[in-house]
Amino acid sequence: MKNMKKALCIASAAAMAVMLVPAQAFAGEGAFHIGMIGPLTGGAAIYGSAVANAAQIAVDEINEAGGIAGFQVEYNPQDDEHDAEKSVNAYNALKDWGMQLLLGTVTSAPCIAVEAEAAADNMFLLTPSGTAVDCITAGDNAFRVCFSDPAQGTEAARYIGEHDLAQKVGVLYDSSDVYSSGIYATFRAEAQSQGFEIVADTSFTSDSKTDFSAQLQTLMDSGCDLVFIPFYYNEASIVLKQASDMGFETQWFGVDGIDGILSVEGFDTSLAENVMLLTPFVPTAEDEATQAFVAKYQESYGDVPNQFAADAYDGVYIIKQAIEQAGVTPDMDASEICDAVKVAMTEIEFSGITGDITWTADGEPTKDPIAVVIHNGIYEMM
Amino acid sequence: MKNKKLMGNLITYGLVIVAYAIVAYLLHAGRLTSLVKGLLVPICVYVILAVSLNLVVGISGELSLGHAGFMCVGAFSGAFFSKCLQDTLSFAPLRLALAIAVGAVVAAVFGLLIGIPVLRLKGDYLAIVTLAFGEIIKNVMNIFYIGLDSNGFHFSVKDQFSMGMEPGGEILVSGPMGITGTPKDASFLAGIILILITLFVVLHLIDSRDGRAIMAIRDNRIAADSIGLNITHYKLMAFTVSAALTGAAGSLYAHNLATLQAKKFDYNFSILALVFVVLGGIGNIRGSVIAAVVLTVLPELLRGMANYRMLIYSIILILMMLFNWAPRFLEWRERHLGRLFRKNRKEE
Repeated sequence: MKNMKKALCIASAAAMAVMLVPAQAFAGEGAFHIGMIGPLTGGAAIYGSAVANAAQIAVDEINEAGGIAGFQVEYNPQDDEHDAEKSVNAYNALKDWGMQLLLGTVTSAPCIAVEAEAAADNMFLLTPSGTAVDCITAGDNAFRVCFSDPAQGTEAARYIGEHDLAQKVGVLYDSSDVYSSGIYATFRAEAQSQGFEIVADTSFTSDSKTDFSAQLQTLMDSGCDLVFIPFYYNEASIVLKQASDMGFETQWFGVDGIDGILSVEGFDTSLAENVMLLTPFVPTAEDEATQAFVAKYQESYGDVPNQFAADAYDGVYIIKQAIEQAGVTPDMDASEICDAVKVAMTEIEFSGITGDITWTADGEPTKDPIAVVIHNGIYEMM
Repeated sequence: MKNKKLMGNLITYGLVIVAYAIVAYLLHAGRLTSLVKGLLVPICVYVILAVSLNLVVGISGELSLGHAGFMCVGAFSGAFFSKCLQDTLSFAPLRLALAIAVGAVVAAVFGLLIGIPVLRLKGDYLAIVTLAFGEIIKNVMNIFYIGLDSNGFHFSVKDQFSMGMEPGGEILVSGPMGITGTPKDASFLAGIILILITLFVVLHLIDSRDGRAIMAIRDNRIAADSIGLNITHYKLMAFTVSAALTGAAGSLYAHNLATLQAKKFDYNFSILALVFVVLGGIGNIRGSVIAAVVLTVLPELLRGMANYRMLIYSIILILMMLFNWAPRFLEWRERHLGRLFRKNRKEE
């Protein structure tokens, strides 16, 4: 026991010694330091990895083409394990590295914690996929690429109402998940002013997401002619399979979390036939930029990029455009860069693979949602 | 014997105070990296968690896998208290102290209520039931919606619409989203003070008459029963004190982050706390302090290894466990580091 203590003492002393190396001043090296935070390990790793990979592609492209306003870009992705506390640690580690602009974080809850720190430091933050409203509300330093949860819920309700897709709508959502319950909340609020009625709302939690038969039975009995499914594709693939086994035929309407369902291993894509979803990104779109990005991503990482990847790829280019607009240089410190870039963000009109986007000073993007329907295993615009 | 114990306790307090002095000096001199600065409060939280869990696991001899649940109620009640009083009570240290007290009291009540039925069980069964209660607390916290408008508080366990809030009302606790925007009142000094209080409570309890009774029950329940010790009373005492201290740690944790979600406090978190206790030495309070510090800092120091980080961290954990507990390793240690060891033995 005593020995153990000694070993621990030595280990902790060594650890302290390592930690005491003071932060090097990196600014002025002639490169922009862009940090990225997201879950690279753990249950949410597919989202974080997609962002990290796509941002890497964008950074490589920019560096090859001569950098941002003549300056190269240094890029450093850090893992947060989808945990708010670890995310703040990652943020602090990136600050020690000399980060000047942050692309992140990928998931909502960690983003709220990091944004509180970033707002205090006046560090520019652009989240590619943090959808919760509070992700960017702590200060005027934060912006996002994706739609917020309320925007998605509202857009989905409006789309269903305006296109007269259904009269009776059932909802199935994940009540333990911030993203899913957030979207449901605004969907329901907007539904009141649309021409349809919510006849059943059922939910599940992340601890019980393998058997949906009770919820599907309730939905079936309610006589709804459309089911709104605001959650991620892994659960959706199970829901679709079980619904088909039960003989439950209806229209399915999802949001951007459903994107990726066609690449779930072992999933019969014919089950997703006629599923509708709102998504910012269609990998089969025929424009040159999307095609080039998808080809490059597939070549480097082997699979089709999802909307997280697309948001991140655009995110890097958004930062590039904002930096060019603001005219900042890498020798400025993070706070000065933030002051200039956050003004530039409201001035730029960005056009990328997730659409044409402009920003308001509160950090919310303005863009059109794209509604697609799955036919024969590919997305088709509606 | 008594002096030796006192000496040992003083070393533990001294360790914490010296660590504080060094860090405070380095902070003042601006020689700490942002990463370390950010880790200071979490380290304090985990030290308190490890020490208080050691009271149950080491001193009382009951395996609890539900301490994340107590931390969860402590964190939520503390954060809720601070959010409600954010505008009326602007003096942050006082608000934090009160919030920590609230967290501790609420967690103690939960500890008592859960302890009464649970502590009738022993061994594995106790572990399983505490695990279940920890999960229950987490899942219940996950469905709470509490809002505040001009009519007062609104409450729901379904969704935010069932509360019937007036427009403009503020949602304080929002289901899976938890509590957002807790004032960042926690500081390293507050953490250190709380560690010292925790150590004082736990060490004092161990050395008291009650502590000896608790350990007697751990070592031989029947013998303790036969000399007239009230077993339920003493077990509950250890369990409730431990829950209260864990709740205080939770409250401190909540005041260090802008967001608080019940999802964080799952069984993995309970097991993490148990890892601190086991690797620091069951029943060894100073060991818990050191293990909590090392195991909190280690994964962050390994950030340089990128994707291999978690792999290396787990390998280190396994090696530490083997080094500490495996008979073969103990034998090897005895043989090769024998001299060092025998000297230590004599000291003890």
